[in-house]
Amino acid sequence: MSSLTITGVTKRFGATVAVDDVSLHVPNGSFTTVLGPSGCGKTTLLRLIAGFLLPESGTIAFGDTVVAGDGVRPMPPQTRRVGYVPQEGALFPHLDVAANIAFGLDKGARGSDRVAEMLDLVELPADFRSRRPDELSGGQQQRVALARSLAPKPAVVLLDEPFSSLDASLRDSTSRAVRRALEASNTTGVLVTHDQNEALSLADEVAVMRGGRLVQSAAPSEVYLSPSDPQVAEFVGRAVVLPGTASEARATCALGEVVLTEPTEGEVSLMIRPEQVFVDLARDEPGKAVGVRGTVEEVSYYGHDCAVQVRLDDGTSVLSRMSGVRHPAAGDTVHLRVTGLVRAYRPAGTP
Amino acid sequence: MTGRRTPPLLLAAGAAVALLALVPLAYVGTYVVVIGPVDLWHLVARPRIAELLRNTITLAAACMAATAVLGVALAFLVERTDLPGRRYWHGLLVAPLAVPAFVNGYAWVSLDRSVHGFAGAFGVVTLSYYPLVYLPVVAMLRRLDPALEESAWSLGHSRVRTFRSVVLPQLRPALLGGALLVGLHLLAEFGALSLLRFPTFTTAIYDQYGSTFNGAAATAMAGVLVLLCLVLLLADLRLRGDRRYARVGRGAARSVVPLSLGSWRAPALGALVVVVVLALGVPAYSLVKWLVVGTSTQFPVDDLTRALVATVVLALAGAVVTTLAAVPVVWLAVRHRGWASTLIERSTYVANALPGIVVGLALVVASLRLVPAVYQTATLLVAAYAILFLPRAVVTVRAGLEQAPAVLDDVAHSLGVGPLATARRVTLPLIAPSLGAGAALVFLAISTELTATLMLSPIGTRTLATEFWAASSELRYGAAAPYALLLVLVSIPATVLLMRTDGPAAQTQEVPA
Repeated sequence: MSSLTITGVTKRFGATVAVDDVSLHVPNGSFTTVLGPSGCGKTTLLRLIAGFLLPESGTIAFGDTVVAGDGVRPMPPQTRRVGYVPQEGALFPHLDVAANIAFGLDKGARGSDRVAEMLDLVELPADFRSRRPDELSGGQQQRVALARSLAPKPAVVLLDEPFSSLDASLRDSTSRAVRRALEASNTTGVLVTHDQNEALSLADEVAVMRGGRLVQSAAPSEVYLSPSDPQVAEFVGRAVVLPGTASEARATCALGEVVLTEPTEGEVSLMIRPEQVFVDLARDEPGKAVGVRGTVEEVSYYGHDCAVQVRLDDGTSVLSRMSGVRHPAAGDTVHLRVTGLVRAYRPAGTP
Repeated sequence: MTGRRTPPLLLAAGAAVALLALVPLAYVGTYVVVIGPVDLWHLVARPRIAELLRNTITLAAACMAATAVLGVALAFLVERTDLPGRRYWHGLLVAPLAVPAFVNGYAWVSLDRSVHGFAGAFGVVTLSYYPLVYLPVVAMLRRLDPALEESAWSLGHSRVRTFRSVVLPQLRPALLGGALLVGLHLLAEFGALSLLRFPTFTTAIYDQYGSTFNGAAATAMAGVLVLLCLVLLLADLRLRGDRRYARVGRGAARSVVPLSLGSWRAPALGALVVVVVLALGVPAYSLVKWLVVGTSTQFPVDDLTRALVATVVLALAGAVVTTLAAVPVVWLAVRHRGWASTLIERSTYVANALPGIVVGLALVVASLRLVPAVYQTATLLVAAYAILFLPRAVVTVRAGLEQAPAVLDDVAHSLGVGPLATARRVTLPLIAPSLGAGAALVFLAISTELTATLMLSPIGTRTLATEFWAASSELRYGAAAPYALLLVLVSIPATVLLMRTDGPAAQTQEVPA
């Protein structure tokens, strides 16, 4: 395994800039997810790393070895030592599981116990080796695809939305198994996905792409709690974005006064996560409720929690996420207040 | 720098195949340009041409309409009613495909000399070609989402109204596609129409070529014939561009509850018996009669064996060459999409509009002028087969390569395996069945090909088809019978293959929109 360093990489398709001056460093043995909506260029970035596409400018290096870049003869995919796991797994349909896993091994090593080792790593029983791909479930196919990519001990493993075709329960168990396998083999990994939960829960670092550009790269908690701009905030989880006026470490907005993550001055956009909006059920003790008054418009109940859409008296609509144990009903009058620190964004172009 | 680069050798191979496929069209086109509009007009604007045009168009239109009605009616009876023994009826209704039209023509003419002219040609051709409509319509009926019909019933539509307003519009691509295929087959038909003494462009071109070797007149007629075929092919292309998927929803497909025929059961069964007797019973009876009681019947085992061996050798050579020629074309079309690849692939489909007679004529003239050494050699004949049957090989091999998506190559490369090893270890094993199926289809088509074989076969080479033709055109019906039987036997595997697919339209005409 080795680290992956992408520096100023750009890729165009005709007049469309698919990847625009992207730089990213994935340390040796770590796992990065590239998160973005469809068409943001994340799969193109992955294919550039794999060598299936070549960049117009910029460099891609595995450790100290530049595999593509300005003035360097690009290394073809078959010599880059990347493990590639595409959507749907893409197992070779004419080969059984063992032959699929051994596909990238040298002839001499194909009969070794590497196949059993890999099956064990991806938590599949040893007797799966003689099964054909069409005898496996979607999750099992993805595990075999990962085993196949890991068998030749690649420098980097690249996963292209490998869990998107799985149903919710399989997606979780398969992605956990994949993460454990990558950790156990200490392999550097890059996963591209449009699923924010997947991106946040699996990665050491999340790189957010938008319109071909990398707009933020940080630890999952930082991307969630301190997104680089309101668009990132709204893409990574739900967000309540309200206009406000800041003065030092405090700001006022439709939800009253809030405490900021860092001091600023003037007109700002405030990013509040729905779980920071506390709902006081005023019906319990009507005289003692604290916060801004509003009326519940809609309640979406999920069991473990629920989303409550509230229309404030001034007409502002605010989303709150609260425990599913006790929650208001549509039409109830409630009082809202913000807990925790709030991120403020100055309008574009202001210092 | 870009991604997948098209290998120059592959592009050159594809271009060479496309050029070969375009030789007949280039020949007709060049001729038209060289002769000039005045002379061309003199050759074309003759009463004889007008008569041929009338004959050809009238017969094509009548047969297309008749096969459409017959094909849909039979498909509906077999697929959507509670007719007893539907599975067996399906087999019996497809079986006429195993009887080449010229063998069917022979069967009728040899039994009853009064079967000739327009009525004879219309009857025999309709009975030979209705499965070309029946099969795709059956396939489409099977694929239709029953939920659509159930929705119509729930909205108060009767079975008849539902069929008219919901089912029939969805059958349109299969129905019209099949009917156009009948038209193309009919424009190319030589043997049956010649035996039935109903002159069309194809029979007239052969007569001109055979009796007077009037190249100018034959080529002018070939030009008109190609134009007619192109009109049909363009209509077909346009139609396929509008095709919609039959199933719109997800979930398990169910079959529709069959319509109870009630008191119509006996008349429906009677109609099916009539069709099967006419389309299958008459040729079978005729063959048996001429084999058993025909006064001139002989079983010249040596001649039969020689003809069979010659047929098999030519068909094998043609199948291998045609399938190999299809590979670069398909590889370019699937793996290296672009204008050049599309142009090359579409060029090979031009053969769909080229009857064997035009390909034969073009290669005779082109070889005599450009490479006289190959004239009347097996090489030229195999080249003609390749041009004629490339569309079948391309369609079949393409279907196989589509099943081997490029992402498998990407995965193989990421595992350290180079392009050649990837082709050997991944792609070829995956497309081997379709290569085999393509070669088999071409083999079977060549085995029963008559027109180009008559014009181009080397002196002394006698195939089953040419031997059959020699005997039957001299009214030696008994002598022709064993060859006819072998031709039918050779056609059976192709018919079984077609029964297992979506029908002949899918096998021969599937042009990507």
